[in-house]
Amino acid sequence: MKIEMKVNGQNKQFDISPDEYLVDTLRNNGYTSVKKGCDTGVCGCCTVHMDGKAILSCVILSAKAAGHEITTIEGVKEEAKKVGEYLVEEGVEQCGYCSTGLIMNILYMEKHIKEPSDEEILHYLSGNLCRCTGYTGQLRAIKKYLEARKNENSK
Amino acid sequence: MKIVNKSYSKIDGKGLVEGKPVYTDDLAPKDALIVKILRSPHAFARIKDINTKVAEKIPGVECILTYKDIKRIPFTRAGQCYPELSPYDKFILDEYVRHVGDEVAIIAATDEKAAMKAMKIIKVDYEILEPVLDYEEADGHPSLVHPEEDSFAMVDIGFDKSRNIACQVELELGEVDKALKESDVIIKRTYSSQAQAQAMMETQRAYTYIDMYGRLIVVTSTQIPFHVRRILSTALGIPESKIRVIKPRIGGGFGAKQTANAEFYPALVTLKTGKPAKIVYTRKEVFRGTNSRHAMKFDITLGATKDGKIKAIDMVGISDTGAYGEHSQTTIAAAGQKVLPLYNKVEACRYHGKAMYTNKVPGGALRGFGVTQGTFAIESAINELAIELNMDPTEIRDINMIKQGETTKLLNMTTKGWGDRPMYMDSCMLEYCISKGKELIKWDEKYPKVQISQTKVRGVGMAIAQQGSGLPKIDMASVTLKLNTDGFFSLLMGATDLGTGSDTILAQIAAETLGVSLDKIVVYSSDTDLTPFDAGAYASSTTYTTGNAVIDAAEKMVDLIKHHGAIHFNTTIDNIQFDGNTIKNIETEEYITLSDFSKRITYNHQFIQLSTTGSFVPEKNVPPYMAGFAEVEVDLETGKVDVVEFVGVVDCGTPINPKLSKVQIEGGITTGIGLALYEEVKYDENGRLMTDTFMEYKVPTRKDIGKVVVELAEGYEKTGPYGAKSIGEVVVNPVAPAITDAIYNATGVRIRELPAIPEKVYMELLKKKIKSKC
Repeated sequence: MKIEMKVNGQNKQFDISPDEYLVDTLRNNGYTSVKKGCDTGVCGCCTVHMDGKAILSCVILSAKAAGHEITTIEGVKEEAKKVGEYLVEEGVEQCGYCSTGLIMNILYMEKHIKEPSDEEILHYLSGNLCRCTGYTGQLRAIKKYLEARKNENSK
Repeated sequence: MKIVNKSYSKIDGKGLVEGKPVYTDDLAPKDALIVKILRSPHAFARIKDINTKVAEKIPGVECILTYKDIKRIPFTRAGQCYPELSPYDKFILDEYVRHVGDEVAIIAATDEKAAMKAMKIIKVDYEILEPVLDYEEADGHPSLVHPEEDSFAMVDIGFDKSRNIACQVELELGEVDKALKESDVIIKRTYSSQAQAQAMMETQRAYTYIDMYGRLIVVTSTQIPFHVRRILSTALGIPESKIRVIKPRIGGGFGAKQTANAEFYPALVTLKTGKPAKIVYTRKEVFRGTNSRHAMKFDITLGATKDGKIKAIDMVGISDTGAYGEHSQTTIAAAGQKVLPLYNKVEACRYHGKAMYTNKVPGGALRGFGVTQGTFAIESAINELAIELNMDPTEIRDINMIKQGETTKLLNMTTKGWGDRPMYMDSCMLEYCISKGKELIKWDEKYPKVQISQTKVRGVGMAIAQQGSGLPKIDMASVTLKLNTDGFFSLLMGATDLGTGSDTILAQIAAETLGVSLDKIVVYSSDTDLTPFDAGAYASSTTYTTGNAVIDAAEKMVDLIKHHGAIHFNTTIDNIQFDGNTIKNIETEEYITLSDFSKRITYNHQFIQLSTTGSFVPEKNVPPYMAGFAEVEVDLETGKVDVVEFVGVVDCGTPINPKLSKVQIEGGITTGIGLALYEEVKYDENGRLMTDTFMEYKVPTRKDIGKVVVELAEGYEKTGPYGAKSIGEVVVNPVAPAITDAIYNATGVRIRELPAIPEKVYMELLKKKIKSKC
């Protein structure tokens, strides 16, 4: 079946099968920054934004995303770059496989919660699994990033 | 030191966080055939008949292969140096299937839908056999997991398939029975640790194609490209010269990818059809069709004097290697060999280990590699001895553990090729690790416990651990350096960066030795055609083994630059100085920049490419050490255990990159917390794997780990590259015994079977309550 959606601001038409998940449609069409980790909506690697909200693209049928606006990390390059710099600065991108999904969720969290506490950060991002870093350094990086953003905004 | 011991960011970091297409599946050709595996639904069965005729007619299906289509060649998938210490007990496809998830047929189709459809209509008639599901009952079980004639072991590892034994190991020093008899206190306990999944975020995957020279190109997410080339050559029956293995960026490995797995199937399809093929494992396939940490059980007997001196350690271990013996010998051996030397003052110690075949998913490598399991047993027993003697666990360590400059004969017995001369642990910082750890966790305030409320109590516990740094006289690494025009260097390495940052730290070592800045080093790694041999990323070897090979190549390069500098200035080499930027004739004060020099020798004058290759194999056993301290809070009403804080102090020698070293510790501790409290590979009574998604198999989330505090001991290992030892694996080992000891100190219940899930802790609390009432 043919569906239309907006991906990173551009209107796109995809030929999909009715049981296809959004992660596969995106990957098959060149948006390979979206990663598949668990197939069951648990690990967070496939996180993208749908109409500005963070979603798990491995449990959203592509047909359901028809008519919606999808954003991958390429669509928020500048914002994502800043988060990424803080992750790299702490050495907590490691293998990098979960980084894009994590960054997409951090960007959404930032919009959703003003000045989150450590507890809130951990809770909000608990659906983004990472086996390399043990999360501790990621918390350091995220806090530094949010602090820098706060300072930027108060200028 | 200018570049080494500095916290540079990973050189590939920026590209990774931007989501660049750098992983295997991002790079696979669009027209690659999709390969899927039909897997066994039974724990143990013989394929009586398999019919693929109807399935082959499905539009889009390119080929379906069963055991009848494949040459029967025994081999091992374990990524180890040749000859491997793992039995040759695996066939790409076989008439026997030995675990739920074992491979039955290979399906290749133009799209996934067609492949899946075909998979469903392949007709298999199984003769269901009685599975061996309990590794303690495997010896003497009426079923033999390997009834075939042609499986064998390359090396004498005690392989005895008639008793379901994959391997046996032994180690004995002194007279254990005598020392035990003379002991005042004896502790005799049994500990077991579960199978744990590696749970790297990127599943196994590979794609293959035939290049213009007719060679098979295999692009795969692996830790062992050179071993994969050799294993494929054996399993497919084609020469290694016909195979090229390339590793792109990989999304974690943790040992899972130290066993070849996904590569065979697209390779066969490509060889058969001539077309590109790819396989991407689903998460379910990773759980069912690959490998996990070996479940192990140990009977430990400790003998000690009243004042806490351990006289003897007797250790009997049994390991569940599942359906295939991959890494079975090396893990069960490491469980003793890399744990017992911690206690070098014993009069005698003895270790017996064996690994048993069962009809379960095979054991394999996972960060810690047997040492984790052995450490849990020995450290738990030592903590129990401390309780028995009414001693602080840090005090009993202080009396008995190995310290700087000390040795034990065990090191001679377990280090290949070292001989009889004593091997001193010159860089051991265990004493510092313990004292710093005590300070950081506030041990003296918190030990043994603090009551928080009527129902919540906090306790602290600790353990120590070691690992190795590479494998002496077994695993070798080589690197090649090239001086390019404009004065930058290519660093070509077989080493395999799993995301740990090894490309970065090895570039730091090269830059340091050459005297250049880090941006003058361009890294290319893990391609069997273009980079020199490296055993691979396992056994905590890359920093130590490959790092030393980098120094070797770089020192040779400095000499070569001086040699050609002398030709340039028409003088002798003694008159040449090279500081990384310029080559100077100290007699005449003439100089030339490296950039200019490299252009001139390439284009105008000497017409030469400067290139050097360095190699290194460890000789000494160089353990990193760690002390781990846990503070847990136990809910007495539910048995739930939360880690409040975990402190890890690690002696990895001089860290090449302290930032990346710290992340290694933090990551390892989290895997250890998962092992201690949450993770377990579980089967039902028929041998079906129950934990085959991340919904059932609980990897810790960022809410499940508490505060993790890490510290690096300022050590220096003189045989290491710029003083470095390894770090990757030791960081998992002390976590589980420290946590279970903290649970004991909080509640008085000792968990001897991991993981310490709430049900288990609560049942033990109940038992204790009932006992105290009786």
